[in-house]
Amino acid sequence: MPSLFEFANPKKFMDLSGSLLPWLVAAAALTLGAGLLLGFTTPPDYQQGDTVRIMFVHVPAAWVAMMAYGVMTVASIFGLVNRHPLADIAARAAAPIGAVFTALGLITGSLWGRPMWGAWWVWDGRLTSFLLLLLIYLAYIALNDAIENETRAARASAVFAIVGAVNLPIIEFSVQWWTTLHQGESILRKGGPTIAPVFLWPLFLMALGYTFLFFVFWTIRIRSEILNRRSRTLLEMRAG
Amino acid sequence: MSDFVTQGGFAAYVWPAYGISAFALAVLGLWIVSDYRKAKAKLAALAELERPTP
Repeated sequence: MPSLFEFANPKKFMDLSGSLLPWLVAAAALTLGAGLLLGFTTPPDYQQGDTVRIMFVHVPAAWVAMMAYGVMTVASIFGLVNRHPLADIAARAAAPIGAVFTALGLITGSLWGRPMWGAWWVWDGRLTSFLLLLLIYLAYIALNDAIENETRAARASAVFAIVGAVNLPIIEFSVQWWTTLHQGESILRKGGPTIAPVFLWPLFLMALGYTFLFFVFWTIRIRSEILNRRSRTLLEMRAG
Repeated sequence: MSDFVTQGGFAAYVWPAYGISAFALAVLGLWIVSDYRKAKAKLAALAELERPTP
């Protein structure tokens, strides 16, 4: 049984990801296509009307934003503990993708909030902690770019990412801890989802599609960074 | 067809949500792919320089 670390070898990662990528792209295209088709053929919600369709892009974006941060945190821990260069690359590669999905979660949430709550934005627990997630992503990217030495940049960013992960449970439980306009848990909750299956299926497919899309983007970014590091090594060999 | 376009009177919110999502993900995808192609071309050019000349 091969260990996970065997695939963390850059050469093996390039081979494996090269053959996996077309399948990931196909899976993303299929699930997103099916999700969009179902999403636009469901009847309007009895309370929210057609704005319920915003849920099919808002919830998946928010889910991937948090998942990307989780991935970044796990990679950062591996980077710090195991000193594996691919872990540092993986953490760094996830940040801008996570930031874009977080921004999309905020924008689509605002577009959903205006007709439902009568406000584009409210400073409640869920929205504020989610905005904080975007700021943490941006600060992580800035910190990583600010330090010239690759190893030092990776160490400092990893510590920052791990500390920032404290915001993830705050986002998750904010709707239980504080009075909020944002709806409470309605999918992963005790007693099952409160959303009707007619909305649950397109939501599930879109969330799956967004997840595949994240892995497509993340894999390509890791591959780019591996190639860039090989280029730097060649340049250093020429210089030295 | 008209219901699809008007989204029950919420077109001003539904379509921008989808439009902005599609645009942002397309731009992100294009940036990532173009970055990858640049990295690949740079490494290929450097490897070519390293190759011993006959």
